[in-house]
Amino acid sequence: MLQTFSKGGVHPPENKFSANKPIENLGLPKQVSIPIAQHIGAPSKPVVKKKDKVKTGDIIAESQGFVSSNIHSSVSGTVSKVGEIIDTTGFKKPAVIIDVEDDEWNDSIDTGSEIIRDCSLSSQEIVDKILQGGIVGMGGATFPSHVKLSVPEGKKIDTLVINGVECEPYLTSDHRVMLERGEEMLVGIKLLKKALGVNHVLIGIEHNKPDAIEHVSHLVSKEENIEVYPLKVKYPQGGEKQLIKALLNREVPSGGLPLDVGVVVHNVGTSLAAYEAVQKNKPLVERVVTVTGKSLSKPSNFLVRIGTPVRDLIEAAGGLPEDTGKVVGGGPMMGKALSSLDVPVVKGTSGILVIPEKDAYRDEEFNCIRCGKCVDVCPMGLEPYLLKQLAQLERYEECEDNAIMDCMECGSCSFTCPARVPLLDYIRLGKTNVNQILRNRKDK
Amino acid sequence: MANNKVLTVSPSPHVFENTSVRKLMYGVVIALLPVLAWSVISFGIGAIIVTLVSVLSCIGFEYLIQKFLLKQNPTVTDGSALVTGLLLAFNVPANLPVGIIIIGALVSIGIGKMSFGGLGTNPFNPALVGRVFLLISFPVQMTSWPTPKGFNTNYVDAQTGATPLGILQESGDTPMTKVMEQVPDYSELFLGQMGGSLGEMSGIALIIGFLLLLYFRVISWHIPVSNVLTVGLFSGILWLADPTQYADPLFHILTGGVLLGAIFMATDYVTSPMTTKAKWIYGVGIGLLTVIIRVFGSYPEGVSFAILIMNALVPILNRYTKPGRFGEEVQYG
Repeated sequence: MLQTFSKGGVHPPENKFSANKPIENLGLPKQVSIPIAQHIGAPSKPVVKKKDKVKTGDIIAESQGFVSSNIHSSVSGTVSKVGEIIDTTGFKKPAVIIDVEDDEWNDSIDTGSEIIRDCSLSSQEIVDKILQGGIVGMGGATFPSHVKLSVPEGKKIDTLVINGVECEPYLTSDHRVMLERGEEMLVGIKLLKKALGVNHVLIGIEHNKPDAIEHVSHLVSKEENIEVYPLKVKYPQGGEKQLIKALLNREVPSGGLPLDVGVVVHNVGTSLAAYEAVQKNKPLVERVVTVTGKSLSKPSNFLVRIGTPVRDLIEAAGGLPEDTGKVVGGGPMMGKALSSLDVPVVKGTSGILVIPEKDAYRDEEFNCIRCGKCVDVCPMGLEPYLLKQLAQLERYEECEDNAIMDCMECGSCSFTCPARVPLLDYIRLGKTNVNQILRNRKDK
Repeated sequence: MANNKVLTVSPSPHVFENTSVRKLMYGVVIALLPVLAWSVISFGIGAIIVTLVSVLSCIGFEYLIQKFLLKQNPTVTDGSALVTGLLLAFNVPANLPVGIIIIGALVSIGIGKMSFGGLGTNPFNPALVGRVFLLISFPVQMTSWPTPKGFNTNYVDAQTGATPLGILQESGDTPMTKVMEQVPDYSELFLGQMGGSLGEMSGIALIIGFLLLLYFRVISWHIPVSNVLTVGLFSGILWLADPTQYADPLFHILTGGVLLGAIFMATDYVTSPMTTKAKWIYGVGIGLLTVIIRVFGSYPEGVSFAILIMNALVPILNRYTKPGRFGEEVQYG
């Protein structure tokens, strides 16, 4: 019996159409728009101005504060504008727009394909390189990676967990990274291990990727203290808390972080990025993005420069089908619907999902029939029907008492509701208001 | 390529499970078909008349009340009135006069369901509200049970006989071994060769229905299993204490409405609890109350009352049995 987390969870159809498509290099766009806030935390500060010449890998915005991250140019060319663009969130965000000329890389970057395995850097030097390289969590949450590697005093970390679960339907970018960049990823994992000073590494991969499990298991067979764990397929196993529960049977306390139970979790894509930053001096300027959908003619996995318009990716995957109703940045469970195809790929974009018109709308809503399915599937042990009611009635104090802030917005409740009640929409509203209340309380 | 395509922007999730209220309700209907088939085989035309009248009047009343009284868009196609109609029919004798069934349907839908605001807001199982109303208002007609004589059972002046529970209730101080001689064998009880309501006779048909409900993922097993186990355990304790006085547990489980109630009535979504812990308490509560009413009460049967009483406790059960929150169980370090 394969391991998994114990509470809740759903089984959305997997639809991993691009699982067998090797990563293709998308090539250079004509122009990139690079938002300067691509991570959780303080936005970075632009250090370039209009008409500046930049090379690939040059810093264009500097990290502001501890929880923040550097932004690098993903192309070489001329800055055409430092202004605002609509990004994947649908809001206007400050960005640097660069016209692409040639592909000249910053001299300090090793662009060769040779894999460099040895590293003599100290753990602090590794963390510094990752900080300099602007590495953030590539699974979608984009939490600056160096923060996770800086363990606060008094906390002891005993296990590094590598997240190769990829539980979102449709997405295959992590799957391809494990298959095609496994060796580099493994060096990255060892660097992260060294930076944290832990002995024990667990790599969790869902059972629907047998080739990746086999390949990575083979790679780590000679390594001591690095183990691959095949996991039962269940959404949202890629959530940090669920993954730690599945692998180690430890429960991160409510409001706590993985390091409260002695664990740090990094994504497989992040491990690859860490390898490149440390061993190749290469900052995070490109990433693997899955472009997929039932109606798309060529579902693909592309290596894409950050800032490339989504339109280019869809074009390369066979063009936007006539009957498209919705385009999502990320997976179908947690991804964000895009308002336009001109938005750029950012560090957190793991996939682009094209949804046909007929699947783009929600079904008619019925009365809640109190079936309790939302309670059954909630991986955090919450009562979504109740939180929805309380949020709708604006009883936010009771929302807080019922642990609304523990909701990680995985969408399992809305997914499973037979009455099509928009549970998560109301819970998000409740969370926003409870958050405001919490902040006011702190300020007092 | 469509350059100026207007894209839909909506919050996640963007995919949904292939389920709906309609599908769940029709799942219940399909699970009830073996039970319906058995009652038609046993009671013939009477079962058909009672079921048809009950179903049609439930659907009709729901439509009329929504359209003309509440001025809402009628939602009868969701299947819930059909389920209520079937369950009401399954809870009455197969020779119940048509007029009484129509009154039962009006009470079920009008008072049991629509007076609280319709599907999802009623605290009590509508079919049971109708059934108990009829039991109190028409005690004679509601307790004259036609003897199952196959498809040729006469509807109008059917020969009637007591139900096994009725025999037990009337037995007074007669030793249990004597009483048991008068009731059918367990195999007959299990197959459904006994007097009783339309839907409660055949254990095997009800269990097939239970498996169908589980297969369609309409219900979880917790309520039926905890309910039936409790009936078995509690009546078993009484039986062990004094076998000459009390019937054995298998008799209690196979007779009357225990299985019908546990599988189809107590599991009604709207009126049953939402959390697993509460489902256990609810199932156990119904089991205890059923045996108490049967053994110590003045009615031979107690399932309907037991379920209605526990229905009233559901809001409290939901409130005080929060599911285990993630992060509170296994602490580390």
